[in-house]
Amino acid sequence: MANVTLRNVRKVYPGGFEAIKGIDIEVGDGQFCVLVGPSGCGKSTLLRMVAGLETISSGEIDIGGRIVNAIEPAERDIAMVFQNYALYPHMSVYNNMAYGLRNRRIPESEIKTRVEDAARILELGTMLERKPRQLSGGQRQRVAMGRAIVRQPKVFLFDEPLSNLDAKLRIAMRVEIRKLQRRLNTTAIYVTHDQLEAMTLADILVVMNGGRVEQIGNPLEIYQKPATTFVASFIGAPPMNLMPIEGVRAQLLGADAVPAAAGQLGIRPEDFELGDTVPAGGIGLDLRVDAIEHVGAETYVYGARQDVGHTDSLSATANDVIVRLPGVASPQIGTRIRAVAARAKLHLFSADGRQRLSV
Amino acid sequence: MEKSVVFNGKLLPYLLLAPQLAITLIFFYWPASQAIWQSFLREDAFGLNSEFVGLENYQALFAQPEYYTAIGITVVFSSLVTVLSLGVALLFATQADKNLKGGSVYKTLMIWPYAVAPAIAGVLWFFIFHPTLGTLARPLRAMGFDWNPMLNGTHAMILVVMAAVWKQVAYNFLFFLAGLQAIPKSVIEAGAIDGAGPLRRFWTIIFPLLSPTTFFLLVVNIVYVFFETFGIIDAVTSGGPAGSTTTMVYKVFADGRLGGDLGGSAAQSVVLMVIVIALTAIQFRYVERKVQY
Repeated sequence: MANVTLRNVRKVYPGGFEAIKGIDIEVGDGQFCVLVGPSGCGKSTLLRMVAGLETISSGEIDIGGRIVNAIEPAERDIAMVFQNYALYPHMSVYNNMAYGLRNRRIPESEIKTRVEDAARILELGTMLERKPRQLSGGQRQRVAMGRAIVRQPKVFLFDEPLSNLDAKLRIAMRVEIRKLQRRLNTTAIYVTHDQLEAMTLADILVVMNGGRVEQIGNPLEIYQKPATTFVASFIGAPPMNLMPIEGVRAQLLGADAVPAAAGQLGIRPEDFELGDTVPAGGIGLDLRVDAIEHVGAETYVYGARQDVGHTDSLSATANDVIVRLPGVASPQIGTRIRAVAARAKLHLFSADGRQRLSV
Repeated sequence: MEKSVVFNGKLLPYLLLAPQLAITLIFFYWPASQAIWQSFLREDAFGLNSEFVGLENYQALFAQPEYYTAIGITVVFSSLVTVLSLGVALLFATQADKNLKGGSVYKTLMIWPYAVAPAIAGVLWFFIFHPTLGTLARPLRAMGFDWNPMLNGTHAMILVVMAAVWKQVAYNFLFFLAGLQAIPKSVIEAGAIDGAGPLRRFWTIIFPLLSPTTFFLLVVNIVYVFFETFGIIDAVTSGGPAGSTTTMVYKVFADGRLGGDLGGSAAQSVVLMVIVIALTAIQFRYVERKVQY
């Protein structure tokens, strides 16, 4: 149990490439912090720096009130679950879990209790004598988790632990990880590129891009008030519709009510409705229906804006708008619809997308 | 129904196998059977005719005290060379596996000794440690160490062992390095997080995961010391002084080519062949069982 604090942490590789450009994060005791971002954003590097597998170029990492910059991974009292599980292939499941305890000279009887407890929680009881290659992907994942929990560390570190599992198992394990972390009440830092995993697991969500933090906060807060266009398009599926404000400024009742700095307008697909009348200060877009996706509970309509010049290219362009409609009722392809959204549902950003503006 | 292509030709399979079979038959089975046949014959002093003598060559061989000396020397020599060449190569490979400046240059240079012919390697070591000419022998003598592999059997043994190890380290290094690189980095990182220091990580994780490579190299190295070190021994000491570096394979050559006793030499070849076959079989049977994963 410990707080983890990162203060102005940087990582510069010998070649001069700056992978982490000054990051401040504070994770409270027992909190579940998720680092999310596209590949190459530095999230794994940051986690490895917390683990002690990468050196820290500047700044401080503090685990439980102790600056760990110069402390070996083994002494940091952390446990890590790797993407490829990193089980010791020549050891049985039991020995995989016991290895870290033996290195710490914990008595064999205590090791036995702890491993058997972990095996019971993770439903691995019958597999303790097997070798990792005799296990399925999901079971290996559990062993990796077991190896982390028997250690009773201050902090759990997860490096994309679910990305090698199939979709169904991923959801099941996601729930299990969350339950387990709640039960043990251990601080956790979790890296993923999957925004859904990030949203569902996090107490604190950290959205990263290009070695920087784009936004830190409660997942719902981030969803409702993305700080930048990057966050807006990364969190949420399908992503928020973003468009230059120029074509629609006139629509937004009293153009002067919109901050002059506003350059981009964002609307989430689910915030649209079909209707003829544009709500006061809201927006209405005339769309030609290009494609429809039925996913059962809802329908996604891909429409081309008719108020601006539209090319017939198949790739999504700035002129394409995604509208989410409830149920299966849907317009026909090729027909015209009008999608409207209320003023309160709009998101305004500066022209470069780096700043959120009040609507 | 599984679809598989079936060739009905009776001749084609044999034709495809023929080159490999021909090589094995001509270069392995034929000489081997010749050796076995020869070991039952005795040639006259001029090599004009030979006579079938049954097991007499073997009886004579095992009555020779020199033969037991040669066996003892072979045991010492082969265990020293195998252990040292594997150990040194493993040490170098673990060091080269780290991210070092100029690591690739180092790795390339490490391979070179393997490209040197055994006889040439032998001559190099012969000159470097020659008691009167040697560049390294002189400082040894200057330090008051009476270095003389020409007269001292132990010195001669040290010299051939060093030469043979030097030659073989490159090969073992290459395989160990490949083996090390095949171990996932995250497994070693997991070990580090699990609280194992570098040495403990090596012995509990890296070494067991390398065991298939080590086993393979063990077999190859034993065959190497038994047969291929012949060139080195011939160039460095010619089996001397006083037979103190005459291994079993060198004795085959010495008795057969130099001593003209073809029958006795053939009998020794057969014994050597049996020993190597037995050693390899034992290794595959027992050692491989312990090889992890």
